[in-house]
Amino acid sequence: MNSIILQIAARYLKWILIVFAVLALLRGHNHPGGGFIGGLMAGLAIVYRSFAYNAFQIKEELKDRPERYIALGLSVILLSFVPSLIKNATLMTGLWFTIPLPFNEELKLGTPFLFDIGVFFTVIGVTLMFVFSLTQKSQP
Amino acid sequence: MLHLLIVILIFSFGVFLMPGKMKKYNAIVLSLVQAGAFLFFLTRVPDITNLTFGHTLIEWIPQLGLNIEFVLDGLSMVFALLVTGIGALVFLYAGAYMKSYTGTNKFFFYLMLFSGAMLGLVLSGNLIQLFIFWELTSVLSFFLISFFHEKESARKAALQSFYITGLGGLSLLAGIILLGSVVDSYSLTEWLANPQAIQESKLYLPGLLLILTGVFTKSVQFPFHFWLPEAMQAPAPVSSYLHSATMVKAGVFLLARLNPVLGGTQEWIYIITLIGILTMLTGSYFALTQTDIKGILAYTTINALGVLVLLLGIGTRESIMAAMLFLFIHAFYKATLFMIAGLIEKKTGTREINELGGLVKYMPVTFVIALLSLLSMAGLPPLLGFLGKELIYEAKIQSPGIASVVLILGVTSNIFMVAISLFFVRKVFLGKYKTTNKVPNEKGFAFLIGPGILALLSLLLGLSPSNLGDAVIKPAITAVSLENVEIKLKLWHGFNQVFFMSLFTIVAGSFLFVAMLKSKKLMNAWRKFNSIVFSIQFEQVFAWILEKFVMVSTMKEKAVQHGYHRYYILTIFAFTSILLWVQFFYTQTPMQEINFTLKPFYISGLAVVIILVALASAVLRSRIVTIVAMGVAGYGIALIFLYYSAIDLAITQILVETLTIVMFMAILQRLPRFAVLSSKATRLRDFSIALVFGTIMTFITLKAINVNLNRPISDFFLENSYTRAYGENVVNVILVDFRALDTLGEVTVLTIAAVGVYLLLLPKKNKL
Repeated sequence: MNSIILQIAARYLKWILIVFAVLALLRGHNHPGGGFIGGLMAGLAIVYRSFAYNAFQIKEELKDRPERYIALGLSVILLSFVPSLIKNATLMTGLWFTIPLPFNEELKLGTPFLFDIGVFFTVIGVTLMFVFSLTQKSQP
Repeated sequence: MLHLLIVILIFSFGVFLMPGKMKKYNAIVLSLVQAGAFLFFLTRVPDITNLTFGHTLIEWIPQLGLNIEFVLDGLSMVFALLVTGIGALVFLYAGAYMKSYTGTNKFFFYLMLFSGAMLGLVLSGNLIQLFIFWELTSVLSFFLISFFHEKESARKAALQSFYITGLGGLSLLAGIILLGSVVDSYSLTEWLANPQAIQESKLYLPGLLLILTGVFTKSVQFPFHFWLPEAMQAPAPVSSYLHSATMVKAGVFLLARLNPVLGGTQEWIYIITLIGILTMLTGSYFALTQTDIKGILAYTTINALGVLVLLLGIGTRESIMAAMLFLFIHAFYKATLFMIAGLIEKKTGTREINELGGLVKYMPVTFVIALLSLLSMAGLPPLLGFLGKELIYEAKIQSPGIASVVLILGVTSNIFMVAISLFFVRKVFLGKYKTTNKVPNEKGFAFLIGPGILALLSLLLGLSPSNLGDAVIKPAITAVSLENVEIKLKLWHGFNQVFFMSLFTIVAGSFLFVAMLKSKKLMNAWRKFNSIVFSIQFEQVFAWILEKFVMVSTMKEKAVQHGYHRYYILTIFAFTSILLWVQFFYTQTPMQEINFTLKPFYISGLAVVIILVALASAVLRSRIVTIVAMGVAGYGIALIFLYYSAIDLAITQILVETLTIVMFMAILQRLPRFAVLSSKATRLRDFSIALVFGTIMTFITLKAINVNLNRPISDFFLENSYTRAYGENVVNVILVDFRALDTLGEVTVLTIAAVGVYLLLLPKKNKL
């Protein structure tokens, strides 16, 4: 399959989809969305492009192979445990930090959010690994 | 005591860190560590004598009764002294012995680790902890026996001993858990406090049998005795340390340890006495016809272990005293003899008794040491062995019920021992010198220092045994029998019944020895007799059982792990529906009356569409259409979720559905043409299973609305989602905060699945 239209479309659609995925991740705590959904979206975005081109090519292009996403995701999850350990609370206790922003706004950041980011990356990696494993042709 | 074990652990790993030039000092350093530990225990001896028990408790998983407990009482002391004391000498010897081999780092690592494990075993105050150390010694024994792993026989012997001791270890664990359930504790103190409860429980006999299986396999009792002679493939220091002085005595230790809890019953006395007698006889009888000097020593070790087990089975105060003393006696002479055997093999190049002779000229010091030890083994005065034998006879006289049988068999076995000891001395050291490959010498101080010290101890303690008795044996008896006793050990007991039995043993043994020496015909005929009468060897039986075991498990494997995905799925669905149906009928809640309120037409229509496409996907015969149909069903369900405002669920469903279709498309071109290969019958079977499974899922969904075993937890989540977790999206808060652990598990499973898929589909070229 080698469709120019699909390839060009995929190039832009991929980024749009990834923006949506990140949005889903960010708003997840208060509105529908979250790391799992975001991760699936982003994964699908990359898969979409890989279909327009060739799974192998994409893998080369991405440089980082799917397992790196998984590793990154799991590491971020582990990282999200650290604050609770430092504070000597039960492991995985959700801890929140409020960062004041200009215009009387404030940003609430918490370890659950970090955890969600970890899930996000892991799910991307897992999705890509599934699809890439399935699509790569057995080499002679 | 934990610190001591940690020190040993550090030093055992330290072996690898020794800089190259210092490697030759490895053995000496380790020997010094052992000697230090020995001194540590020695300084504690006076405390033990005063009946103050050392006890350390570190909580590990107290909810499960798993704690790290160390007990230093009289019994632990006996074994701790033996493990560290003989350890120090064996390491010194091993330094000289292992010089010419490669891989000595590994060797010393295992040996040091073993000494730590053995020490941990004898100091354990918790039975699960004891079991862990017990298994560790088995594992390390495996590595040490197979040290010369390029030899097939060594590998085989190592595996055999590992199978047998491993089997015993599992049995021991089962026994401990069984009896632990009676007193609801694995702590030794608890067990010692409730012997009544354990002995009266129904679980006593099965528990006892299981524990005894562990004991008998470890302490090479009949009919498991055959692994020990095979284990002689190990280097001499290992035979000396593990397979005579310490590890094989672990079973004896456990018997002594549990004597106050399990002992004294009919079952205990008869089973253990019987096995002990059989082992004792087997060992001494087969020792006579061995020609390999390590083989002779192996069988005499079996004999000694039989005697120890027998004594603990009899269980009177005298027999326990005899057992405790015999532990020392045997460790002294047998560790020595194994080291001497290794030395002889090293210096002459052979272990065959018929190829040796007249070594006294070339190895005079070795001769003296060996002579002292062999005389101690034969039980001749003035060595410690004599005293031991007298006490053993005395104990056997008191054995309840079957004293005469025990006594006659005991004397017979000792006659064999006298004969074999004399035979050993005569054949190896005296007589005409037979030329061997190498001209023997006894250079190497380190070879002789260990055996020399032990042989001297056999002599000196034989001459004045009272110190040993008061300081070490007495508290040991107290620990084993929980009675405070006064004992008086002396070499000379006067002209009593026992003395005449000893005299008879020695005379008869001498006659047997002369007969063995003079008449080659007798020996040959005897060997022939053995090979006919005992033609079925236990090891062959064991090998046969093992072979059948592997066969059966292969059959099972083929039946269960057949490799057909469709049958795996079939099995899963069939069993799940059975379980669900059973549970469904047992859950006694009335089914809610199904209330068909009229939904908006588009939802009803959607439901109809879903049903239709699901049906189509099952019936249609084109892959693409089937996949699309399944996708439509999935999206339809997502829309229903959306209608009931489960937005998160709907989004996830849509995404997953998309992903599934994408993946199906990816593999579509690789699949063969769609064809119906299954017969009508199989399709009918699949259909019925699908029907049964689908029906039960429907029923459960309907019923689930009604079954609320507890207050629904969803209220808690709704109440606390914003106030305590600062999130308005409850689903997400549950995922990342309330139930983050579950999510972590899910993510991990996903990762494992991904790696599995990756490996499964890896092109052949890149296979790991």
